[in-house]
Amino acid sequence: MKEFKYVITDEMGIHARPAGLLVKAVKGYNCSVKMEKGGRTVDCKGIMGVMSLGAKKGDEVTLTFDGADEDVAYEAISKFMQENL
Amino acid sequence: MRVYNGKSVFGGIAIGKIRVYKKDVQQVKRTKATDADVELARYASAKEEAVRQLQVLYDKALKEVGETNAAIFEVHQMMLDDVDYNESVENIVRSQEVNVEYAVAATGDNFSQMFAAMDDDYMRERAADVKDISERLLTILSGKEDHTAMGEEPAIIIADDLAPSETVQLDKDMVLSFVTVHGSTNSHTAILARMMEIPALVGTKLPLDDTVDGKMGVVDGASGKIYVDPDEETLAQMRDRQKEEIHKKELLQTLKGRENVTLDGQKVMLYANIGNIKDLAMVLQNDAGGIGLFRSEFIYLEKEDYPTEEEQFQIYKQVAETMAGKRVIIRTLDIGADKQCDYFEMEQEENPALGYRAIRICLTRPEVFKTQLRALFRASAFGNIAVMYPMITSIGEIRRIKDIAAEVKAELDAQGTPYGEPEQGIMIETPAAALVSDMLAKEVDFFSIGTNDLTQYTLAIDRQNPKLDEFYDPHHPAILRMISMVVENAHKAGIWAGICGELGADESLTRDFLAMGVDELSVSPGSILPIRKIVLETNVEEYRSRSLDTRNNF
Repeated sequence: MKEFKYVITDEMGIHARPAGLLVKAVKGYNCSVKMEKGGRTVDCKGIMGVMSLGAKKGDEVTLTFDGADEDVAYEAISKFMQENL
Repeated sequence: MRVYNGKSVFGGIAIGKIRVYKKDVQQVKRTKATDADVELARYASAKEEAVRQLQVLYDKALKEVGETNAAIFEVHQMMLDDVDYNESVENIVRSQEVNVEYAVAATGDNFSQMFAAMDDDYMRERAADVKDISERLLTILSGKEDHTAMGEEPAIIIADDLAPSETVQLDKDMVLSFVTVHGSTNSHTAILARMMEIPALVGTKLPLDDTVDGKMGVVDGASGKIYVDPDEETLAQMRDRQKEEIHKKELLQTLKGRENVTLDGQKVMLYANIGNIKDLAMVLQNDAGGIGLFRSEFIYLEKEDYPTEEEQFQIYKQVAETMAGKRVIIRTLDIGADKQCDYFEMEQEENPALGYRAIRICLTRPEVFKTQLRALFRASAFGNIAVMYPMITSIGEIRRIKDIAAEVKAELDAQGTPYGEPEQGIMIETPAAALVSDMLAKEVDFFSIGTNDLTQYTLAIDRQNPKLDEFYDPHHPAILRMISMVVENAHKAGIWAGICGELGADESLTRDFLAMGVDELSVSPGSILPIRKIVLETNVEEYRSRSLDTRNNF
């Protein structure tokens, strides 16, 4: 299992569009990808869950990757977060 | 005749019968369904159909309003594909042995409540999206045809509220206009009204009963009014305006998408002037190449207190993003003279037009100026923003502005806040600036000539005094010579020059401006296409030779 902590810098936070892009990106991998914020954990393969975290600018989220392709997923998704959020 | 006011989201005139649109609320019955697999197979095919419908909407929106604005339908598709949503539906069907309609309705309610309970305005609005996709599934499952089918004749549709997808699905040929009691001017509704290209009002407090249903009505999208049972005079007046609009629309059809280039190949940028973010729809509708003058003072005038950096940032960012890479020239605060703001607590003046206003306020109250510059620099990371400073008279002022701008950037750097590097330009609206434009041109990226003030200051005529109308001659050779000189000086220094005053839209001068080499004309959105028509029909070389030396002719 791999873990990645990230503080949101995007002004709008994880709103609908980036949430959609994130879900799209995550779905390309077989491993499970979960995101945690303030004690709540959601599956990154569902847009509603990701949006329901209501992650705003300055919030810290923790992503965990678990599964055979977790290394590549970790690389790609952490890069995605840095570039888009 | 009764008149109701709403907020306009799209201009134009609609005349016709009013039809009150009652939402075809999906009556969902909870019935026993023992074969869960049958129910879930129905769900799967309904979902497939919903995704297909959304793809059609997405493609339509993508073509007409661009990727950013179409994204909502893609988000809807992803919501339908959401694991939690689908698991919830499946769970309810299997554990409660009920029909899938009930499971969808219950799931939709639960999920939309989850969003409605969030402490964020943006996320709360998403509750409507969840409801929208659930309604779509229920409509498909009910096997009913388009529930938004209308009567036999086109009508003005009045409703309590309309979801984004409902607006798009309304049979275009049967809808003259739509007017809603609720709803905000949020971009979805505005964009969709634009897609349908019909006048639309939201936030209109009118009754949804027999006092309006079936009555004759007129919607005036320009003023945001709806007339119920209009009198003859109003009707006749509106018919005339409608004719004009149809004529304009035809013009639009033939001129939209064309490049602004003369017969002999000279190009000119045709931009729009706007005084409010609400005018954006008009800007896009009229095919403006950019925004040549965004009057930022409306942000101040609408408030009771100084607008914060964040408030301003959101507005500038929205404009920049909506214009998607096209240039947006934002003029910094231009209050004073005829535009007053109580909380600035300015003293009475003998000569306000010659007084404490615009850049003079900004330079003496740097805290106000810096807040605006921070918002502008930050927003320019999201699009092609250019910043323009009003009421310049000297190089000294430009240097002071540059010093303040440098301080602002240093502060943003220190905080690690991202920002862009907007072009910096000035208004040429004082005779002093025009006369030293050769010097000023070396300091900035562009000029925009404000002909209203330039005329008032050059001719020494108070624009507010109606008695002086007969002496006020905007075609005075002094003005035209100054414009010509400013353009020449700009070109010598390798920068561009435009006109953003009323004169820019004066069709009798378009050829002269082209002959002078004016690079940009910024006019009200409705004037863009008529001016484009003149540009397309002009041969500048020929015009110039016919009028000999242009400047001596003035």
